[in-house]
Amino acid sequence: MFRSRTFAALPFAALILAVGLGLLFARGGNASDPAPASFTLSNGMNVLVIPDHRAPVVTHMVWYKVGAADETPGKTGIAHFLEHLMFKGTKEIQPGQFSRIVARNGGQDNAFTSYDFTAYFQVIAKDRLPLVMEMEADRMVNLQLTDAEVLPERDVVLEELRMRIENNPMAELQSEMNAALYGEHPFGRDIIGYKDEIAALDTEDALEFYRRFYTPANATLIVAGDITEDELRPLAEQYYGVIAERAPVFHRNRPAVVWPEEDKRIVRRDERVREPTWIRVFPAPSYSAAEGRVTAAFDVLAEILGGGTTSRLYRSVVVRQGLATGAQSWYEGSRLDAGKFGLYALPRVGGDLPDLERAVEAEVALLLEKGVTDEELERAKTVILASTVYARDSQRSMAYSYGEGLMTGLSAEEIHEWPERVREVTKKDVVEAARIIFSGTSSVTGELLPEGRS
Amino acid sequence: MIRAVFMRPVALRCVPFALCLLLFAALPAAAMDIERVVSPGGIEAWLVQEDEVPVIVMNVAWRGGTATDEAGKAGVANMVSGLLDEGAGDLSSEQFQRRLDETAARISFSADSDYFNGTLKTLADRKEEAFGLFALAISSPRFDVEAVERIRAQIGSIVARNRESPDWIASDAWYKAALGNHPYALESDGTPETIAKITRDDLLGYTKKTLARDNLKIAVVGPISANELGSLLDRTFGSLPAEASLPDIPDATVAPEGQVIVTVRNFPQSVVLFGTQGLARDDPDFIPAFVMNHILGGGSFSSRLMEEVREKRGLAYSVGTYLNPMKQAAMLMGQVGTKNERVGETLAIVRDEMKRMRDKGVTEEELNDAKTYLTGSYPLRFTSNASIAGQLLGIQLEDLGIDYIDRRNGLIEAVTREDIERVAQRLLRPENLLVSVVGKPNLSPKAEGLPPTDDMAPKPSTHPAEGPQ
Repeated sequence: MFRSRTFAALPFAALILAVGLGLLFARGGNASDPAPASFTLSNGMNVLVIPDHRAPVVTHMVWYKVGAADETPGKTGIAHFLEHLMFKGTKEIQPGQFSRIVARNGGQDNAFTSYDFTAYFQVIAKDRLPLVMEMEADRMVNLQLTDAEVLPERDVVLEELRMRIENNPMAELQSEMNAALYGEHPFGRDIIGYKDEIAALDTEDALEFYRRFYTPANATLIVAGDITEDELRPLAEQYYGVIAERAPVFHRNRPAVVWPEEDKRIVRRDERVREPTWIRVFPAPSYSAAEGRVTAAFDVLAEILGGGTTSRLYRSVVVRQGLATGAQSWYEGSRLDAGKFGLYALPRVGGDLPDLERAVEAEVALLLEKGVTDEELERAKTVILASTVYARDSQRSMAYSYGEGLMTGLSAEEIHEWPERVREVTKKDVVEAARIIFSGTSSVTGELLPEGRS
Repeated sequence: MIRAVFMRPVALRCVPFALCLLLFAALPAAAMDIERVVSPGGIEAWLVQEDEVPVIVMNVAWRGGTATDEAGKAGVANMVSGLLDEGAGDLSSEQFQRRLDETAARISFSADSDYFNGTLKTLADRKEEAFGLFALAISSPRFDVEAVERIRAQIGSIVARNRESPDWIASDAWYKAALGNHPYALESDGTPETIAKITRDDLLGYTKKTLARDNLKIAVVGPISANELGSLLDRTFGSLPAEASLPDIPDATVAPEGQVIVTVRNFPQSVVLFGTQGLARDDPDFIPAFVMNHILGGGSFSSRLMEEVREKRGLAYSVGTYLNPMKQAAMLMGQVGTKNERVGETLAIVRDEMKRMRDKGVTEEELNDAKTYLTGSYPLRFTSNASIAGQLLGIQLEDLGIDYIDRRNGLIEAVTREDIERVAQRLLRPENLLVSVVGKPNLSPKAEGLPPTDDMAPKPSTHPAEGPQ
């Protein structure tokens, strides 16, 4: 997830081929611990502290509640492009020096953009925290851009697009499927933007977006690591609390997602592909759009149906029927307006997709008809709850999970208590979740095929 | 994807920021106690007892990785790594996987060229069962027919899909050209032909010869005492054979004559992998080479290549170099992805930067910046139980000594400009670079006929080719 100055969408190929689902469940804490402390500065900037005193190191992040889904039509890609340009310079910092100063102080820095947020972070020794806070606060206000820095960086972004999308047939299929699922809604386009629109972005576009959205009331500070609330509060006031409002408060007012009215199928043939892949995505609510227990049930459903090698899809399609070499399901709820639920399967070498598709559908139908067992429910909960404990091993993933949740409509308490929501899920909830996903909705199916194969 | 760094010898304008005052005094490296635990049965592990998070992580590695595969049976070690958790002792594959889920334990195995690796992650209060499952997996894997055939099909699928990836194709071509028939150049996952030939006896044979006690290193981090661990070590590893029986792997050097190999595929961005002979980890010049590489193309956003290729010219999203010291061969490698039209231009810059480093070395400021980064960021490798375990295992495998964490920053600090110059002259041979390109590259250093900025841009930029000043 922490790619260099890039966007934070789960890279699809990585997601579906991943053995574990660590990041998806990297949320929540120990019920016996209090939720991370949070407070608000006088200028409206939110602050969250996640202490972890194992090493004298902190992860310092500033999240802006603006992302690719907030872009003006015709200017897609500007959120991510601005993220790259935020490293260029201010009145105080010479162009290109930001990361160099962080490095000179033994720190690592980067940034990422998603549909609903843009975030910047440094990982650094605790005693350098004031330094990076000062620099991050500085570039919230004082960014300076000229064509000399902006234009080569635009070429860098276009190379990034080639690498992530054009060089990757699976990513191209995913782009088409998102467009088919989300339609005109901004989730239907790539975070990185349309190529011809990126190529036309200029310095003024970037500065305009910056001035509109980069303001303290639209920002959240998260510091994880060797820090306490009492230590952080005066620093936050000193560096960020003094920043005056730069733009009116931004209220997101996006169009609702209009889900497809009928099933769609996208078949993509590519000379670079040797083995086919089958994917199907369904409309789903986001974590923030439904009651906690309901969304937790989507995660439990994804685990039971296709979470790992004990899941139904794997046991049936891979082991018993031998049709596939892999099969999984996943729920993606960390979005502001809507999520999605996905199924995918890879046929055996030489195998075909239609048989595979029928076999996957049969497992879904069986679950809808017969429900799930107590044992399946308990095993899925155990796996998910353990993931929330394993996530606590990394200060960076804890900071990321809270940031992502806060940016997509959850409160810190809701994120902290998410394991409780998982514990409450019943067998009936899982079947109800399956009905919401699979009954009466229209799906988008994607097939990636070698050229010349049907 | 490799990330890289930048560094231009431009004096930092002093600004009213704390940063000017903070020219770094190296932090003491992570202040932690590493215990050398020796079990009653004589099995050694390095332990950091860390009680803050209820997660125990164990990383282990056995000498004897994919390079021990016979040429006609490439993929055996990899297939074993896929099968150890697919049934062991009296548990079938399904039963074993269920027990893992119910225990909330995570076990994984992998094989790289030199080592067979295992990882166990467990919640502290489930450690007895989790270590028990790990023990079962390594000491009595079943290799049942169903599981073997299923994993064989999965690997077959992965192998076929790898051949779609420009990164994989570039790497495969590079290693074959660099090392010829050496085992390091074999496809470590196997080929469709070799995978088909692997038998259950091959899998059992590999396990018996490789998963022993005398070629094993262990690192454990989490809320567990030395006494508890000692007992678990015997139960987990005690039944393994005392001695491994590994084939000798010959030393290899990278073919000295440079060439550019092109694998034509229809990608709009070429993947370019380049490399040359590197230095062994125990070479006295390794640390100077590590610092030199950091300045040339290593680490973060401040290398010369990042500056020249990405920041100034916008030629690539990703460019970098790294040292790859294997047991029997060593490489200095680099990678860059750039659109087909500008591959020749980008390669010329890479060669120029290698030449500049070789002929002129580094400035005092570059060296100081590299040192403050490399020493100051060392503690960042010790922030989680998983990352600490990774470090402890790596230090053991490279035989650096249990005091290495305390010594390491001193080794970096001691590097001089003369050291850098010496290793640069020893290593960098831009004229003889071995390059593997996948795409449809224009190899001419002049991107003739192309607009000076991206082909999709509506109006050509007027900025000078050297980029911003």
